[in-house]
Amino acid sequence: MRILMSNQYRTSNSKGLVNKEKIINFTFNGDSYQGYEGDTLASALIANGIHLVGRSFKYHRPRGFLGAGVEEPNAMVQLHEGDRSEPNIMATEVELVEGLKAKSQNCWPSVKFDIGEINNILNRFFPAGFYYKTFMWPKSFWFKVYEPFIRKAAGMGVAPLSPDPDRYEHNYEHCDVLVVGSGPSGLSSALAAAKNGARVILAEDKAHFGGSLLNDDVTIGNMSGREWASDVISQLKNMPNVVVKSRSQVFGYYDHNMTVMFERVSDHLENSSKYTPRQRLHYIRAGEVIVSTGSIERPISFGNNDRPGIFLASAAREYMKVYETLVGKKPIIFTNNDSAYATALEFIKNDIKPIIVDTRDNSDGQLVKEVQEQGINIRFNSGIANTKGHLKIKSATIGTLDNQKENFISLAEVDCDCICMSGGWTPTVHLSSQAGNKLKFNEDIDAFVPDKKRQKETAVGSANGAFTLNQSLAEGFQVGFELSNKFTSNDIKTDTPISNEPDQKPHEKLWCMPLPNGQKPKRFIDFQNDVAVSDVELALREGFRSIEHVKRYTTLGMAGDQGKTSNLNGLQYVSNIEKKIVPEVGHTTFRPPYTPVTIGTIVGREVGNHYLPTRKSPVHTWHEENNAVFVAAGLWVRPRYYPRGTETMNDAVNREAANVRKNVGICDVTTLGKIDIKGPDAPEFLNRVYTNAWLKLPVGKARYGVMLREDGMVFDDGTTSRLSENHFHMTTTTAQAANVLSHLEYYLQVVWPDLDVNVLSTTEQWAGVAVAGPKSRELLSKLFPDVDLSNEGLPFMGLVDTKLGDIPARIYRISFSGELAFEVNVESNYGLHLWKKIMDVGSELGVQPYGTEALSTLRIEMGHVAGPELDGRNIPYDVGLNGMVSQKKDFIGKRSLSKEAFVSEDRQTIVGLVPVDKKSKIPEGSHLVADDKAPTPIPKLGHVSSSCWSVEYNNPFSIAIIKDGKKQIGKQLIAVSPLKDISIPVEVVSSHYVDPKGERVRS
Amino acid sequence: MLEIKCPYCGKRSQNEFSYGGDGTIKRPALGEEISTKDWDDFVYFRDNPRGKHTELWQHVSGCRQWFKASRDTATHEIFSTCKMNEDFNE
Repeated sequence: MRILMSNQYRTSNSKGLVNKEKIINFTFNGDSYQGYEGDTLASALIANGIHLVGRSFKYHRPRGFLGAGVEEPNAMVQLHEGDRSEPNIMATEVELVEGLKAKSQNCWPSVKFDIGEINNILNRFFPAGFYYKTFMWPKSFWFKVYEPFIRKAAGMGVAPLSPDPDRYEHNYEHCDVLVVGSGPSGLSSALAAAKNGARVILAEDKAHFGGSLLNDDVTIGNMSGREWASDVISQLKNMPNVVVKSRSQVFGYYDHNMTVMFERVSDHLENSSKYTPRQRLHYIRAGEVIVSTGSIERPISFGNNDRPGIFLASAAREYMKVYETLVGKKPIIFTNNDSAYATALEFIKNDIKPIIVDTRDNSDGQLVKEVQEQGINIRFNSGIANTKGHLKIKSATIGTLDNQKENFISLAEVDCDCICMSGGWTPTVHLSSQAGNKLKFNEDIDAFVPDKKRQKETAVGSANGAFTLNQSLAEGFQVGFELSNKFTSNDIKTDTPISNEPDQKPHEKLWCMPLPNGQKPKRFIDFQNDVAVSDVELALREGFRSIEHVKRYTTLGMAGDQGKTSNLNGLQYVSNIEKKIVPEVGHTTFRPPYTPVTIGTIVGREVGNHYLPTRKSPVHTWHEENNAVFVAAGLWVRPRYYPRGTETMNDAVNREAANVRKNVGICDVTTLGKIDIKGPDAPEFLNRVYTNAWLKLPVGKARYGVMLREDGMVFDDGTTSRLSENHFHMTTTTAQAANVLSHLEYYLQVVWPDLDVNVLSTTEQWAGVAVAGPKSRELLSKLFPDVDLSNEGLPFMGLVDTKLGDIPARIYRISFSGELAFEVNVESNYGLHLWKKIMDVGSELGVQPYGTEALSTLRIEMGHVAGPELDGRNIPYDVGLNGMVSQKKDFIGKRSLSKEAFVSEDRQTIVGLVPVDKKSKIPEGSHLVADDKAPTPIPKLGHVSSSCWSVEYNNPFSIAIIKDGKKQIGKQLIAVSPLKDISIPVEVVSSHYVDPKGERVRS
Repeated sequence: MLEIKCPYCGKRSQNEFSYGGDGTIKRPALGEEISTKDWDDFVYFRDNPRGKHTELWQHVSGCRQWFKASRDTATHEIFSTCKMNEDFNE
């Protein structure tokens, strides 16, 4: 590895914000460099004379830096290595830290020699809309040829493949006034609002506060701009009602004044605690938002205006004034306005004499005069026609313009090592536009500014088109005071300080240079998306008129950049060709995020196990200790089966299910939804909610119930028991528990508010254990010796309140397995105790736990319906629940059941299926057809909803729902699974495969 | 993310609420004789207006109360919210 000691491009006389005492080592493309504390990756590279950073998106042209901050469209790098590797990072936004590793992207084999540059040589074959036109046909080529090619050619950096090791946080905040941006207008707004007593958040994207005050030679009161900024910040930081945030970008403005801010918490720290998040997302609900986001300088389109070494003039000035870095030593300043002369003066301060090219006929602005006083000749009425220099700018062709400024009269080549261009300024209206503000065109500044607001958002300063310091400060203090008065009654007004800045003359309305005679160099408008003037011309020539269409066809102003430097130049060019004024062309929509945000920040802590809450039963630790294999059931984690030794899943499930049929098994049913229902109208309410009758259910009895949606489809089922006259305990399926509660609340609060009933979820208050099998009574008799569990004492669908030692317990005589079975409930905290007790006393009876798979096997064999049958597409008649539907009373969804399609003779019904060979398992989801060899489309008769291995008959068994099912019983059909490419002949049987008369549950 | 004023709890963020659809729909009375068309209109058909819309929300991650909101479907402005047994105060 070479150490490239250099820093030869540092200023001699500018005083910036870097600390030359502290040297920082970093690498770029494998070479080692040094910068200073306070540098950005961009300023440190430039100080070392490195300008070639990457390759452009489409033509793979060599690109360097254009800007110094968020406006940067070109200088994207890949940061770090391994699992912290991060693509597409603006080098201008990366603060230098010790050991930083960065490399170029979108180039191969290297940034200096990039194979993809062939696209540039062949650029006439890559016009706007190239992909749309070329990859149309043949259709079969898309997946195998075109898509892989496009994927390889497109894209910028490379995403890491391993999980992100860093921590990210979300934070919710409220304030009266949010101020976005800490330039002169932002600082004055924040100060005025804060002094008036409002709760203020001030957000600044950069590491330093002050915005343009850091770059401009101005005075406010008796201080320099920079001193005033740091004075205001220290005042604000000392106020308890103010939160001041640097390195924080407000990137999105959503409804009801919800803004979202991206904070870089520890990226700039060499060492940070592992408890410090890397980045943070703040949701800020602000009473009022003050948009003081400033403005971004516009480039000028001229031949080959994208070479490394061509900067915005403001960026060149910022590199000198803030980072003490020279973008070059032989600069050309190219401008259509006065502001770039401040950059010229900064060069002069560092003993560098720039060449100045100004499109205007003349200007007598103060800055212009100061430059002229230094003896520098300004080339008015001139422009740059073209540039040379493959990997770095070497020379520019400068020409005099004709009277219409449509042609060059004379051309001459001039050596240079950088160009600093300025096409005037564009207010940063992204946030206002996101907030729904209808922008208006301001012809004085040739740019859109916020106008009719839809939300509580106010733009101030240059974001509002106020380009002088006086105006910015005045607006800031005024708006900050007025808006804060909405939240406080203090009425404390802060005076606007007197400020002093050089006066400036108007810009010229010229942003695109003519082509030099006989040459057609590319004149770029959008650097990030590689859109040149010729692409916009082509789009218009091909008939695209709407600016939104031109945007999509050419990709102008899209992607991460969101047209920060390109938008207005694009609009201006369209309007010139269309002979319209810009407001008639309109503008495209600005979309969040304003600057790219890491996925990690958006996701926050909701990764891995924190992605969703995990619900565990109180018996969970026992399941873990006893080798349970778990399965997700909604948010719950349930034991699926408990393998022993070398058992496969099938082995274990068959053993567990057979043990229930033969001896006794226990299953953790804590996850079932439970709802406590109380009130004098509770019986009437249940009678309306369920399809069967509830008014006469005796106290101490449970009943199975089915509830429908209004469209007649089965919504949920479960047993509900009457604990006392006006008190019921409802159970729901695990999956629908929350929906059933909302459903009940809806009917009680919205539809029948006259009913005096209260409902409350008690799912988490009860632990439940199902004890099933012929020996279940014997087992429970040992546990509850004082309770009469006989058919007389506790008949089927009965319940009894008792105690397990000192613990209150409730025993229900209910069964899902179809066997003699009970369910014991205790308060949740005693769930594990109950479970262990049952396992303990049941050991001599051969008790075994069974999981959800065996639970399914047992209910499928019995033909009991569950989730796969109650899938929201079946009415009660479809799934054999005819007996559950009362003909005497009305209930939710009843009217739908009499609709024509629901009562038709050949309606689908539930049946059982057994494979003819008694061996082949039928995949769930298989389709049933009469003849799988028939010409397609083969009429579909139905589908397989649930499948199991019947432990009773030792062969596969399935439940299916098929058309006119009753009449199909005894026939043979084919179950086909195109996914698994199998066809299985099956015999249709009754869905009640085991114990069809239901004698066991009553035994 | 909208900010919704629950008539019971005050202003909360949208992620505490769930949407309940058109708030002007009246369920036919129990036992009422009703044509299939009228029943289908009740079950399936909803207007989809641009502009002011009376709708139901439930404060699911809060007090669990259902309430009415008057909202502009184009701008998301919420003009008013009220309890089920109240009328909008507009």
